Amino acid sequence: MIIAVASGKGGTGKTTVAVNLARVIGSPVRLLDCDVEEPNAHLFLSGEASERETISVPVPAVDESLCDACGECGRFCAYHAIVSLATKPLVFPELCHGCGGCALVCPRGAIREVDRRIGVIEIRNADGIVLVQGLLDVGVAMAPPLVRAVKAKLVPGEHTIIDAPPGTACPVVAAVRGADFVILVTEPTPFGLNDLALAADMTASLGVPFGVVVNRVGVGDGRVHAFCRERGIPVLLDIPDDRRIAEAYSRGKLVVDALPEYRGHFERLLERTREAVRAS
Amino acid sequence: MRVAFTTSGDSLDAALDARFGRAPRFLVCDTDSGAVEVIDNQKGMDAAQGAGIQAAQTVARAGVQAVVTGHCGPKAFRVLSEAGVAVYTTDAATVAEALERFRSGGLTEARSADVDGHWV
Repeated sequence: MIIAVASGKGGTGKTTVAVNLARVIGSPVRLLDCDVEEPNAHLFLSGEASERETISVPVPAVDESLCDACGECGRFCAYHAIVSLATKPLVFPELCHGCGGCALVCPRGAIREVDRRIGVIEIRNADGIVLVQGLLDVGVAMAPPLVRAVKAKLVPGEHTIIDAPPGTACPVVAAVRGADFVILVTEPTPFGLNDLALAADMTASLGVPFGVVVNRVGVGDGRVHAFCRERGIPVLLDIPDDRRIAEAYSRGKLVVDALPEYRGHFERLLERTREAVRAS
Repeated sequence: MRVAFTTSGDSLDAALDARFGRAPRFLVCDTDSGAVEVIDNQKGMDAAQGAGIQAAQTVARAGVQAVVTGHCGPKAFRVLSEAGVAVYTTDAATVAEALERFRSGGLTEARSADVDGHWV
């Protein structure tokens, strides 16, 4: 079963839910930290990285001696990563999505693809949890290829928890696509509600079943719960606004270890998630 | 000489838009005949990334020899340079004012981008 943990708004508790769920789900479990711009699941787990892999995307390199400036490459590229205005093409590697289309449409075979490094993947075994973490290089703006590379480390048949990036843009879509179920974490505030509505629409349009975890219940108001009732979205778990959870988090402790009375909360979340997957 | 001015309006008295890539329109003035033409930059406005590159291609294809705008980022500048389009930056409030400064020789051709991308 592949469970993705996502949220429209950042800072709602995605990683808290993902790591604690990974702890209660039992072995073998693989936690894929796809929040590649700011991976932080490792802060809550022990163990050193045992494997490290460099991830690259293929970008065009133009042999100007073969180019006749026909402009086909520039017309093909939807991302303006290669531009040809009756002159030799200009390449903007940082905008290239690595589709290879420019090389295919070039009638003169003047374009070949070269690797451009975008980040690394690290794998560590943390007390029975295999953590796969993507780390985007500083200055790189193209997260989806790295997110897909992290997901390629998925082992079919193993429990898999995906810690998605925040928001509803391309990196999140790349992280959530293909999951059996998505847990959307939110908080009962106007910001939390606004971004939950966006995330719910995104997840629904991907056709992945989903439910909601409301974190810090006790702050804000009841509109997130009302929204879920109206839309028929199951609320899988309420996590109370308990200062001790924040303290455990700040020390890099798992809630289920530091505060055993919450272990049942995450076990119930897992059970309700399994029921929802079976029902879908 | 055909010169493109960035603007949100469609006439000479409209405000000069300080942005190049995400300016809504370009007002192209023929400095010899005085003719004025409006070119839409919707593609640049809608581009998720590479708005400056898109806009630079739009004005280059429109056959202008110069662009007058508030600021120009590095990617747009590279494309404009490659296409042989001169870039001038100014703090003029309106297109008419920028055109007057251009005509009187009060503007200096930019030798490089004057802002980073996404400067707004």
